[in-house]
Amino acid sequence: MLATDEDILAKAEEWRKTGKGVAIATVTETWGSAPRPVGSHLVIDEDGHFLGSVSGGCVEGEVVTEAVDVIGDGKARTLEFGVADEAAWKVGLSCGGRIKVFVEKVN
Amino acid sequence: MDLALLSALNSERAARRACVLVTDTAAGQQRLVKGVDIATDPMAEVLEAALRSGKSGTVEADGKTWFLTVQAPPVRLFVIGAVHVSQALAPMARTAGFDMTVIDPRTAFATPERFADVKLIAEWPQDVLPGLKLDRYTGVACFTHDPKIDDPALEEALAADCFYIGALGSRKTHGRRVERLHAKGFTPEQTARIHAPIGMDIGAVSPAEIAVSVLAEIILSLRKKPLRVDTVKAQENAGAKAGEAA
Repeated sequence: MLATDEDILAKAEEWRKTGKGVAIATVTETWGSAPRPVGSHLVIDEDGHFLGSVSGGCVEGEVVTEAVDVIGDGKARTLEFGVADEAAWKVGLSCGGRIKVFVEKVN
Repeated sequence: MDLALLSALNSERAARRACVLVTDTAAGQQRLVKGVDIATDPMAEVLEAALRSGKSGTVEADGKTWFLTVQAPPVRLFVIGAVHVSQALAPMARTAGFDMTVIDPRTAFATPERFADVKLIAEWPQDVLPGLKLDRYTGVACFTHDPKIDDPALEEALAADCFYIGALGSRKTHGRRVERLHAKGFTPEQTARIHAPIGMDIGAVSPAEIAVSVLAEIILSLRKKPLRVDTVKAQENAGAKAGEAA
């Protein structure tokens, strides 16, 4: 069963209630042929476990790394990715889209 | 995001109530606006538009940039008739993200063997649908071809203003169905909402092909039709007003 956005946010709540540090990443803007629509979520815990997606898998790694920092310092931030950059190309996604991702800690 | 806010958001979803999370991404400040409170909110206009579209997105208001996380309830699909088309539709609907339940009082049809991994209720629609609380985020497709089973489901669906209402049957069969519904007090505007003959006209023949045509029609109703209908209605209203003035 594919995890839907509602399952993902419910999981964020569940993780946080067990005492773990949790961050939510949300796609806030897309340009071109971005693989996931605006409003898509990725939730990350302090150990780097994640659920959901903000792209077709090409920038999740970087979002997770940033999210762990957000959990650490508590400061929300907005990340921008050109999906056709070198990192994305290496993992085989060259759709040419760009996305903006808002990452916030669950307090 | 505060955990309390996240919990509130999740409980609104669990209760199938629409809401919008409003975020000032620059300042990191947030608030949750419940569906019932939207009309009286200072940002009512943009929030209503966002909820209608069902899409999250960035908006400008009060000289600020806001990100709106739109939480429309997950779409449910009630299929009346544990028939061959329903068997074909179940896995397709699941893949497309619909929460589908099959209802059929005929226990020879509604068997777990025929519907493995599908939610199945072997009861009359009029007995179970009221308790399932149909709403605008619910679709109803009737496949039994039997008025005793289909009609009560259509009545419930029309009363609840479901986003999609479809019924299998020829134009002639549907004509008689509409007459029965009008006799029960439903208006022509209401019965015009029923998709019949059911499914998009793609020349479907097999049960699986019919399932594709019905699923396509359901997606069309969910994603595009309401907007088109609104546009047409707005034009009609404008036309009617112009007529009154003249």
